[in-house]
Amino acid sequence: MTDKKIDKETGVETTGHNWDGIEELNNPLPRWWLWTLYACIVWAIGYTILYPAWPMISGATPGMLGYSTRANVANDITAHEAKNAALTADLVAADLPTLAPDDPLHRYAVARGASVFRAQCSQCHGSGAAGAKGYPNLLDDDWLWGGDVASIATTIDHGIRNDTDPDARWSQMPAFGDILSREEITSVVAYVGSLSAPAEDPGLADAGATVFSDNCAACHGDNAQGNRDMGAPDLTDAIWLYGGDTATLTETVTKARFGVMPAWGQRLTDADVAAVAVYVHGLGGGE
Amino acid sequence: MALLDKHAILEKSPTLLLVFSLAVVSIGGIVEIAPLFWLENTIEKVEGVRPYSPLELTGRDIYVREGCYVCHSQMIRPMRDEVERYGHYSLAAESMYDHPFQWGSKRTGPDLARVGARYSNAWHVDHLSDPQSVVPESVMPQYAFLSRTPITGEYVDDLMKTHRFVGVPYSDDDIAQAHQDFRVQANPDADTSGLLERYPGAAVANFDDQPGVSEMDALISYLQVLGTMVDFSTFVPDPSR
Repeated sequence: MTDKKIDKETGVETTGHNWDGIEELNNPLPRWWLWTLYACIVWAIGYTILYPAWPMISGATPGMLGYSTRANVANDITAHEAKNAALTADLVAADLPTLAPDDPLHRYAVARGASVFRAQCSQCHGSGAAGAKGYPNLLDDDWLWGGDVASIATTIDHGIRNDTDPDARWSQMPAFGDILSREEITSVVAYVGSLSAPAEDPGLADAGATVFSDNCAACHGDNAQGNRDMGAPDLTDAIWLYGGDTATLTETVTKARFGVMPAWGQRLTDADVAAVAVYVHGLGGGE
Repeated sequence: MALLDKHAILEKSPTLLLVFSLAVVSIGGIVEIAPLFWLENTIEKVEGVRPYSPLELTGRDIYVREGCYVCHSQMIRPMRDEVERYGHYSLAAESMYDHPFQWGSKRTGPDLARVGARYSNAWHVDHLSDPQSVVPESVMPQYAFLSRTPITGEYVDDLMKTHRFVGVPYSDDDIAQAHQDFRVQANPDADTSGLLERYPGAAVANFDDQPGVSEMDALISYLQVLGTMVDFSTFVPDPSR
């Protein structure tokens, strides 16, 4: 730089820049600002030494602290599991049907099961477990595949009618639209409707009783109270998975239903499966 | 310091100022972006990741068209809460055939990186047609029209050629079989051996339970493969990452 130029009006040094007679004053930066800048530079240098930063030939510099997000999450999970290790082991080993409700392990299972249920099960069965059309209500005492805690655990573990688990619960209702005539379907629908509500047309319902015993009783039972070995629902309890009105029943009989549940044993740990089973069992309808 | 005194030359010429500004800014870009193209650990080799089948690729286009990414991310971050809710954290290799990737950072809805095989096909139809029928508290719009919109896959081979152009390793045979694979994947009664050989683990089903191939079929085939390609029971994370 050449000799300093001083602005006559303010007495402040100028940068020497002169644009159409207007000169630029060279006021010093505020001290606090300057020191913040220097501190940031020092911090940045330290950061690139301590943490992964500079790209090299095959990877970035690892940093002196050995920081790794993957190691962090693995440690987090391990630490969490270690804290629960005793309870987890107890839960896996426990005989669920004999677990008393006032047992601390039961309380732990319910709390753990509730959190798993909200994350994994609520999308189909509802956040309050009341289900939706095609997805069973878990609050009532009407069970397709069994409502004792061991049956519930098996259903959760292996799922229903999925392709991924060979032990999945399996059954298939035939589409009776290909088997029965339209009149037969109308009458059997009237009969099934009459099992849980007053028949609108008793004559038609009586005709449907014969169709039922010839075609449906094998799975749903002579008294239409279902068969849990085949996941065949009880048709007499006025609880409907897809709907009990004539139109829905006709659709169900004609096209059949094929409800699928994933095999959660492939995604959850044994302890989580046991916990959800205890939670669902305790929702109100457990046997 | 004579050189520094010449900055008036730059300041008096807008064009020169622009050129030199770009030069300075690009240094940042080169340091931050360029190494990603040669660093060996940018994408670790992971077994199982394959290009999308023709039907899945079409479904992915529908996913992008409908703006699903506006509310759904596809990246599980390496944190315990995310891993517990969604599954194993996402790997870069799992998006290596995504052009463009669907990572996202906006989650109005849940992350979808591992939604594959988590729900039944029927659930996806119910949920896409009327989300509130299964999740009453959901704010997701309804996409029932997807079931009513048939697609032929007429241009699916062109779509695959475009992806090959940007680096997805579709073979000539893959592209020659594209139309057939497209139809076969939505038809469980068809011979799917060729499809499953080219695209292992592809979900084969008449997803929407209606005759013909609809946009619903394509979208669900895509959703059902998300996050299912890598077998994490055998995956060993590279400790240097």
